[in-house]
Amino acid sequence: MSTTIAQTSLTAAAEKYEPVIGLEVHVQLNTATKIFCGCSTRFGAPANSQTCPVCLGLPGALPVLNREAVVKAVRASLALNCQINERSVFARKNYFYPDLPKGYQISQYDKPIAEHGWLEVDAKNGGTHKIGITRLHMEEDAGKNMHEGFADSHQFSYVDLNRAGVPLVEIVSEPDMRSPEEAYEYLTRLKEIMLYLGVSDCNMEEGSLRCDANVSVRLRGAEKFGTKAEIKNLNSFRYLQRALEYEIERQIGVLESGGRVVQETRLFNVSEGKTFPMRSKEQAHDYRYFPEPDLAPLIVSSAWRDELAATLPELPRQKRNRLMNEYGLTAYDADVLTVSQELADYFEAAAKGSKNPKAVANWIMGDLTAHMKATNTTLADTKVRPNQIAELAALIDEGAISGKMAKDVFAKMAESGEPPRSLVASMGLQQVSDPAALEKIIDEIMAANPKQLEQYRGGKTPLFAFFVGQVMKATKGQANPALVNDLLKAKLG
Amino acid sequence: MTDPAVLTIDSVRSAMRNKQTTAAALVERFYAFIDDADRQVNGYLTLCKERALAQAGKIDALVDQGAELPPLAGVPVAVKDVISTAGVRTTCGSRMLENYVPRYDATAVQRLEKAGAIILGKVNCDEFAMGSSNENSAYGPVRNPRALDRVPGGSSGGSAAVVAAGTAVVALGSDTGGSIRQPASFCGVVGLLPTYGRVSRFGLVAFASSLDHIGPFSRTVKDSAQLLQAIAGRDPLDSTSADVPVPDYVAALDQPIRGLRIGVPSDAFASGLDPRVEARVREAIEVFRRAGCEIVDISLPNNQYAIATYYIIATAEASANLARYDGVRYGFRNKDAATLAEMYRRTRDQGFGAEVKRRILLGTYVLSAGYYDAYYKQAQRARALLAADYRKAFQQVDVILTPTAPTPAFKLGEKTGNPLEMYLADIYTVTADLVGIPGISVPCGDADGLPVGVQLLGNYFAEARLLQLAHHFEQLRAQAPASAQA
Repeated sequence: MSTTIAQTSLTAAAEKYEPVIGLEVHVQLNTATKIFCGCSTRFGAPANSQTCPVCLGLPGALPVLNREAVVKAVRASLALNCQINERSVFARKNYFYPDLPKGYQISQYDKPIAEHGWLEVDAKNGGTHKIGITRLHMEEDAGKNMHEGFADSHQFSYVDLNRAGVPLVEIVSEPDMRSPEEAYEYLTRLKEIMLYLGVSDCNMEEGSLRCDANVSVRLRGAEKFGTKAEIKNLNSFRYLQRALEYEIERQIGVLESGGRVVQETRLFNVSEGKTFPMRSKEQAHDYRYFPEPDLAPLIVSSAWRDELAATLPELPRQKRNRLMNEYGLTAYDADVLTVSQELADYFEAAAKGSKNPKAVANWIMGDLTAHMKATNTTLADTKVRPNQIAELAALIDEGAISGKMAKDVFAKMAESGEPPRSLVASMGLQQVSDPAALEKIIDEIMAANPKQLEQYRGGKTPLFAFFVGQVMKATKGQANPALVNDLLKAKLG
Repeated sequence: MTDPAVLTIDSVRSAMRNKQTTAAALVERFYAFIDDADRQVNGYLTLCKERALAQAGKIDALVDQGAELPPLAGVPVAVKDVISTAGVRTTCGSRMLENYVPRYDATAVQRLEKAGAIILGKVNCDEFAMGSSNENSAYGPVRNPRALDRVPGGSSGGSAAVVAAGTAVVALGSDTGGSIRQPASFCGVVGLLPTYGRVSRFGLVAFASSLDHIGPFSRTVKDSAQLLQAIAGRDPLDSTSADVPVPDYVAALDQPIRGLRIGVPSDAFASGLDPRVEARVREAIEVFRRAGCEIVDISLPNNQYAIATYYIIATAEASANLARYDGVRYGFRNKDAATLAEMYRRTRDQGFGAEVKRRILLGTYVLSAGYYDAYYKQAQRARALLAADYRKAFQQVDVILTPTAPTPAFKLGEKTGNPLEMYLADIYTVTADLVGIPGISVPCGDADGLPVGVQLLGNYFAEARLLQLAHHFEQLRAQAPASAQA
């Protein structure tokens, strides 16, 4: 079929091209109050209930910079290896839109708070890849236009300005990414860092993490970048990847059919899985930036910067490496356990008191995670304390209980929060690890099953399992399986 | 009780203290006077009698309790209609804000009331403080009380006029390029431009944020000193307000002025200056010389760029500051528009007057891609050069003396057809706003019955020095025989 042929040739064509991707990520800072006034930033409050003359843009109101927003922006910048500009300047970005109360957004333009950073991501072929960060600047968020859900929505739109003035940082990457997967990875790592810093909740659904992508393609080996398109409306990690995949294919298609890519802004349409150009009117902006005269230049002294640098937590990548070195974890396990700071802390609290960190890791990634998922709970409210995980692992290692018993103990422990050692006792689960006692049982079983013994000795080795089963039956499953194995092997000959 | 037109802050306060009148009675008396005298002047746009009487009640209660009276106790004040007053309509002289009622008070207003002053109402001005004649108000021009066929100056024409007419004891105005000093000169009253950052701008509806100032109007220099005392000082709500201690301005008034150095710039008497104004200003220089001041010739080489610089920076900032008047949240909205873009266009076309639109267009142009460097950036450089000139000058002299305006009050309609000529009315005043230094205009005589003002400019935060010299000048003129005043 013709479509199949077209697709095949496109796939072949795709090999000839290399995508070039840069991301512009908006991160909402989780300050208690807005960037230029004292209004609350709480999400989900009744429309326009968190507003004042300043964030409503009433005549005569003036902005006053929120110090906490600066603190969070500087910490984010430092975690992204940026240079902090000692003097940065707020600027007005002028455009008309109903969700923008002043008719300009207070942002930063030619003198942002931070520049020249980088973020390390895992490369496809192993190793790491540094993605450059051009700049990080501070700005205020706009409000939200509401076109639906009102009795007169066919006639009017409404505006909710609760979000107007919520602090944002915009993090602009260099065009250093070469695949949608890498863009996905970059955004994942960026989010992880912001969460570790505690500067944002990075909730994409609530809009506290937003992403635009610049993408172009060029022939592999070419030095010059192709013409880029900017893609907006990427409000999930999955959409980012899908939109990039679509857009790359589209641009290759345009080039392969002899056309030229147009520099434009495109919107990702989720239901169609495609990008469409915005109306040209909407993108023909001259923002007429100029320094914001209502705010003095922002000064971040090197002393203040250093003070804030000292507050940075261990970041995910460092933590991963340390967990691998310190606890002998695999890269995969370290990755899973550092997904959040809470999980990593939990693991470390458990592993510190354990001789078997690997087992501790498995319990956390396995049964504990499954339990939390099943009961819709989080680490904060689970009854299982880290030292109990360590204790459970130790009970197995000591031979006190089998792995299978431990699973039962875990289930009870998750329910009641009781320590595993006392559960083992109360559940009557003490494992039989006394060789003399087990030998006695084995002797009895051998005596009671002469036929099977003969067959086994005659070469029917699968009957070994029969004897194991008999021992387990006799001990109500409490025999130490490893010991039973060893003893049986020796006795059966 | 005496004629309202001769009251001062001190006389009102002592009348309260001595129970010669009550604040409530004084307020009633002023409203009666306004009702009568303001008809021709058109100074007041909105009266706030309820608020005034409430405040008067508080003052009268203090008197009854025998409590210490605050410094401006019972003083009737008019407030320019670009300064926000909670619950009292603030139009900015614009149709755009015809029905706009702020929900908060400007810091200056709050401080005035805290000091015991009584706000009578809001006074007329050029639309969004853009103009030099008060003819750009959507609510009709203000007439000069000294000559009703003439303009009161602008943009704080209403503030100057009501103080001159006696329908307020003192007033607040705003100055972005001369809008306090020039009307003060035209109406024969005192007008003070404080240092940028001396008085909070919070609540002052922005025209050009880096140039806007709130300042006092009064009939005596001492009243301006007292008014400034009440409103000056750091305000956490205005990031550009200065954290500099506020001196005792009244205490400084009577300090001797002998030996102070007064600089007269080489271009102070340039072409375009009305010879009658020149004569009065030269007489003022003589008054200071006779009082023992040293008159020093100085040069301010970049002054010639001031007007061009001013109209680039002021309009650029205005184009952004006035963007919020879009019909979405408050103020005028054209309701017939079918699309958002059309609503913006029609609202702004119909809500703004010609001068405001002219300046928005100019400001949008100078900030546009491809023009920014040639205009806005260049203007910022010129502004820095001007500031350097003045800093240098103030190493040589204590104050700089010039005419306040090149002419006395001109006739209504005389210059409305020629915006560029109108812009030149600011030629002596714009520089102080650009540089951020304080200035004062004090009456120095008449030109064929029309008031003339002389301007003194001081170093940053040297308001006390300006008030001191202006106060001495005022006293010396009052003592001099009428002939010497010409």
